[in-house]
Amino acid sequence: MTSMTMIQALNSALDNMMARDPNVMTFGEDVGYFGGVFRVTEHLQEKYGARRCFDAPINEGGIAGAAIGMAVYGLRPVVEVQFADYMYPAYDQLVSEAARIRYRSAGEFTVPLTVRMPYGGGIYGGQTHSQSPEALFTHVAGLKTVIPSTPYDAKGLLISAIEDDDPVIFLEPKRIYNGPFDGRRDRPVSPWSKHGASEVPDQHYRIPLGKAKLVRQGAEVTILAYGTMVHVALAAAEESGLDAEVIDLRTLVPVDIETIVASVNKTGRCVIVHEATRTSGYGAELAALVQEHCFYRLEAPIERVTGYDTPYPHALEWEYFPTPPRLIKAMRRVMEAA
Amino acid sequence: MSPSRSNALSLHVPAPRARPGDKPDFSGWSFPAPGATPRPNVDASGVELRDYAYGLIRVLDMDGAALGPWAPHLSPELMRMGLQYMLLTRAFDERMHRAQRQGKTSFYMQCLGEEAIAVAQALALNRDDMCFPSYRQQGLLITREYPLVDMMNQIYSNAADPLKGRQLPIMYSSKQYGFFTISGNLATQVPQAVGWAMASAYAGDVRIAATWLGEGSTAEGDFHSAMTFASVYRAPVLINVVNNQWAISSFQGIAGGEQTTFAARAVGYGIPPLRVDGNDFLAVYAVTQWAIERARSNLGPTLIEHFSYRSGPHSTSDDPSRYRPADEGRSWPLGDPIERLKRHLIVLGEWSEEQHQTSQEEAAEKVRAAGREAERIGTLSDTAHPRESMFDDVYKELPWHLRAQREEQGR
Repeated sequence: MTSMTMIQALNSALDNMMARDPNVMTFGEDVGYFGGVFRVTEHLQEKYGARRCFDAPINEGGIAGAAIGMAVYGLRPVVEVQFADYMYPAYDQLVSEAARIRYRSAGEFTVPLTVRMPYGGGIYGGQTHSQSPEALFTHVAGLKTVIPSTPYDAKGLLISAIEDDDPVIFLEPKRIYNGPFDGRRDRPVSPWSKHGASEVPDQHYRIPLGKAKLVRQGAEVTILAYGTMVHVALAAAEESGLDAEVIDLRTLVPVDIETIVASVNKTGRCVIVHEATRTSGYGAELAALVQEHCFYRLEAPIERVTGYDTPYPHALEWEYFPTPPRLIKAMRRVMEAA
Repeated sequence: MSPSRSNALSLHVPAPRARPGDKPDFSGWSFPAPGATPRPNVDASGVELRDYAYGLIRVLDMDGAALGPWAPHLSPELMRMGLQYMLLTRAFDERMHRAQRQGKTSFYMQCLGEEAIAVAQALALNRDDMCFPSYRQQGLLITREYPLVDMMNQIYSNAADPLKGRQLPIMYSSKQYGFFTISGNLATQVPQAVGWAMASAYAGDVRIAATWLGEGSTAEGDFHSAMTFASVYRAPVLINVVNNQWAISSFQGIAGGEQTTFAARAVGYGIPPLRVDGNDFLAVYAVTQWAIERARSNLGPTLIEHFSYRSGPHSTSDDPSRYRPADEGRSWPLGDPIERLKRHLIVLGEWSEEQHQTSQEEAAEKVRAAGREAERIGTLSDTAHPRESMFDDVYKELPWHLRAQREEQGR
């Protein structure tokens, strides 16, 4: 066990997989010699050579397209899109190609590809370094979408993503790369080393895709969260004084419906939180699932706490970012209803 | 808007020289004589080769003689084989085009006039080299002896369709035959082919990749992404631009062919730009051989522009008489690929009109026999795929939400 940041844990996952499987390789913009702008691929080129960890031209469509071809060949490429905001030129390759090649070839050709993308706000990144495009992937049949919230989960989930035989979109909440962030920017930053989930085994381990994690037990209200918002939800639960249950979804597709349903059936109340814009966001899917599965146990309307339906506003970032006070208000509303 | 201003700018919108009712007009086009283009060494630098982007490599003259340094000196057996595969491809197209008109399927696409490209290239490539085709390279499958009946089963989406009725007709896929699943989104296969080739080099394999796209879709970003990656990583790949002059109703000028050639796209990437008469079986074979040798020698990619003409409609949903002269194809200055190879073989004394006639009949009979077999299994109207099969192969394993939808759908 070593105390790791999420960056170090992701690096450790790549290191383990490259050591175990010669078909695992990685490339992306600044990924090679430099080790990535967030350092996730640091030292990998040194250790495994430029053949297995290299720089790519600034061309996300080419990165995705070439990686698909490599995966079809039989490699397990892990590519980095430097910011999720830059993924749009790759979108056709991911949606029309990676996601459908197994289907349209009746299972003959497959794409065991992992696309890593730092995503989300809270870093003063403005419109083009802050977006949360997860719903653009969860809407696509054939893709899996994974979002970790701790170093321990990040490593185990990334290993499972790389070993998965289907394309996986792996979104990394960059606001918590170096420490958990609960949305309280007025408080001192806490490093991962003070957090239990930063204890990460150096060796290979998996966290299965499709399994959520109950991160706080409670009886009064369920909060569904993922990524940075897990920490916001935990802070809100503490500060609210309510007996809130917090579920970290970890995988958005396929989502762990059983864990969600068991919790909401117990609490009868549900608040969903994400950074992404609200309309047609992943929260809408969660709200629909909860009402389909738990309608007769619900005591109150489902609440969504999300980014607003605006581009990410640079100077007004903290008005936009879902913080514990906003979440607590929503929790109180569902408690007061009925 | 003040068009009277003397310094007013005007927008240029390219237009073809001839529209329906006009005489086909190829005036001003000049081609180097057959045999006139030198054959460079395969290790020449991309920069040294740039003039090839503006010429045209030709071997066969219109009288059937094979001329110059590009003449591949193929055995008569191999040339007869090429001719027979071209005839088979044409016969297949003829029948399946008709089958669509008879309502047996929803859609078909012929490669009429472009047969030499896929057939010659399939013969030049190794059987295990990987092809990433567009939708008009059925000649690859036919030349690799993929069963005609399976192509038809796919076209009919019948119970024996290898793709389980999931794909638009002609969007074949066969891993065993080194033929990547065709996408309807154009040019997406080009960076994939480059990636496959990079992987082959990564793995120390000896197989190379080849990909095809139309001149129209070279305008897509994916083509340029692919060229960048192919150039940067020296991927062992052949990027074939089939310039058949027409992208549905848009003449090649709309894709940028008015100011330069499509082969010239490669110049900026430092990739060898070979421009070849796509209706000249021997020239296509020779140029492909050159590019293959270069790729296998770890010298990287080649772009080949096949200068040809789409003699048929874009697809069964298209009516070219609405946008181009009806006899433009018949007036094509570089002739028909089958006629030209046939003449060459006859000049050599290796073929005759009678043999040609017989070969044509045999091709038609093969297609008829395959057609009977496929139609016995079924056509689109009586297709019978188990409805739950639509949920298979979305993922390797069926996740809970698809299982639930499958159950709901079956209720």
